[in-house]
Amino acid sequence: MIEVEAVSKHFGDFAALDRVSLRVSQGKLVALLGPSGSGKTTLLRILAGLEQPDSGRIRLGGVDATGLGTRDRRVGFVFQHYALFRHMSVAENVAFGLKVRKGADRPPKTEIARRVEELLSLVQLGGLAGRYPSQLSGGQRQRVALARALAVEPRLLLLDEPFGALDAQVRKDLRRWLRNLHDEMGLTGVFVTHDQEEAMEVADEVVVMNKGRIEQIGTPADIYDSPASPFVYRFLGNVNTVPCSVSGGTARVGGLHVGASSMDGGGTAFVRPHDVEILELSPDLPQATIRQVMVLGPLVRVELALPDGTVLESEVTREHKENLALRRGQEVSVFLRKAKVFVGEV
Amino acid sequence: MTKSATRDPLIVRWGLTLLALAFLALFLVLPLAAVLVEAFARGWDGYVRALGGDDGFAAIRLTLLVAAIAVPFNIVFGLCASWAIAKFDFRGKSLLVSLIELPFSVSPVISGLVYVLLFGLQGWLGPWLAEHDLRVIFAVPGIVLATVFVTFPFVARELIPLMEEQGREEEEAALTLGASGLATFWLVTLPNVRWGLLYGVLLCNARAMGEFGAVSVVSGHIRGLTNTMPLHVEILYNEYDFVGAFAVASLLAILALVTLAAKTALEWWHRDELVATGH
Repeated sequence: MIEVEAVSKHFGDFAALDRVSLRVSQGKLVALLGPSGSGKTTLLRILAGLEQPDSGRIRLGGVDATGLGTRDRRVGFVFQHYALFRHMSVAENVAFGLKVRKGADRPPKTEIARRVEELLSLVQLGGLAGRYPSQLSGGQRQRVALARALAVEPRLLLLDEPFGALDAQVRKDLRRWLRNLHDEMGLTGVFVTHDQEEAMEVADEVVVMNKGRIEQIGTPADIYDSPASPFVYRFLGNVNTVPCSVSGGTARVGGLHVGASSMDGGGTAFVRPHDVEILELSPDLPQATIRQVMVLGPLVRVELALPDGTVLESEVTREHKENLALRRGQEVSVFLRKAKVFVGEV
Repeated sequence: MTKSATRDPLIVRWGLTLLALAFLALFLVLPLAAVLVEAFARGWDGYVRALGGDDGFAAIRLTLLVAAIAVPFNIVFGLCASWAIAKFDFRGKSLLVSLIELPFSVSPVISGLVYVLLFGLQGWLGPWLAEHDLRVIFAVPGIVLATVFVTFPFVARELIPLMEEQGREEEEAALTLGASGLATFWLVTLPNVRWGLLYGVLLCNARAMGEFGAVSVVSGHIRGLTNTMPLHVEILYNEYDFVGAFAVASLLAILALVTLAAKTALEWWHRDELVATGH
């Protein structure tokens, strides 16, 4: 288990982390998600002991590790650009963590060789033991880095943008592979990413960070379905943001009415495109005009203009589009299935 | 033959190649040949006799001794300085970089004079040294100091850009894998820069053996005692002992060629590794 308590870190005047607290349960794979400069990599490096926090505490497995050096923390760290030892072969890279152990902790040579072989077959690089890092592809290097980190049997695996430098297809494969590997080994893992899809697909739990603070912690579904702040709403997927006014528990968005909190005043309504339902023109429901219809594979994106000029984006299925024969200029009715209103400046 | 955009006409290619070769012949091969021809003007026996004499051997011994002290010193210093500059951020870093370059921008004569001003009889520390019967100027320590000063930048200059380019990530990776600071240095940092280091050491060594200006100022030219090979060459030449002068000079040239050959041989032995690690 990892416990982070009120950790702050400044670089000059810049607050990279501002009293951040976080708990990660044993065996979970957690994503630190945020834009660049949000402090996610700094938090990861503090967990590894590569940076020291200005204040706050880190506990690993219940023991205070704040002052502990990197080499005593037993964490595996996979660097964004892999940081493989360029003058060592793949096998030597993987063996490094075992070879530098001292005295009785150091396994005999044959044991090291056996472990290396085992790890290389785990990461499906069995035939490449003699290659040098420069002779490998990005995806292969990534897996060597992972095998090297796993060789020391870390109690915690930390990955900095593990798929950042890879092309789309390799990335997808590796993601799935990492998820499976994690499930098999039951390691506690934390990885940093700026890609929300990656966080959603791989992590058990997502920590959304912004400007050195944690905005929200939750399962991928939690975070997507009920974002805690306008930032999280915007950062996770497409969203319509519509200015609205709230009074008596109802927000008026264009001609549409949605339930809102009890506070009155001006605010912003956040509506996911797939929560904007398009219906056949009906006198009981608010109307809109279709401005644009774009087919994106199985989904269709429709741009709607409300009578007051507000533009909404909607996502409907291909089937729905065919049924209503949606086209540009058509008059339709609109229904908001779900919206979240934040009152005040956002 | 297909015509490619980067393919220049035959005449240009041949012209440039020939020009380069002619230049090389005129400015490198010819002087080297002249040195050897002059040195062997009286045959092998003449060569050995010209080299020989106690003064000659003393000069060779002193040159090797000075290089043997100056080069290791600058390896250690160069590694420390480039490590500090490339891997850490601290105040005055750019000042340190400029200071390391200083010996290159100052005339060697000045470098020598600085030590005379510091350690000479009229210098700041001169009286104190004289009281304790220590000789620096016009003695071996002065020559070593001047040589170290002049060869200061070679190793550091070679390593700083290399280490900066390589960054800190590999060292950090070694730490997360449980390596100590010392193990990280020996197993990761040093192997990563070994070719740059070798090159820096060769340059440093060549200069240490060949330095004339700075050493000339502090040595006092005492035959058999404070004469290095370059100084000895000058003395012999001024005494119209041309064969002797060229014989010693040829020895210096041969030392340089041997180090070059050693470097090439090392690179050839490790060529697979060099290619694989992207050098």
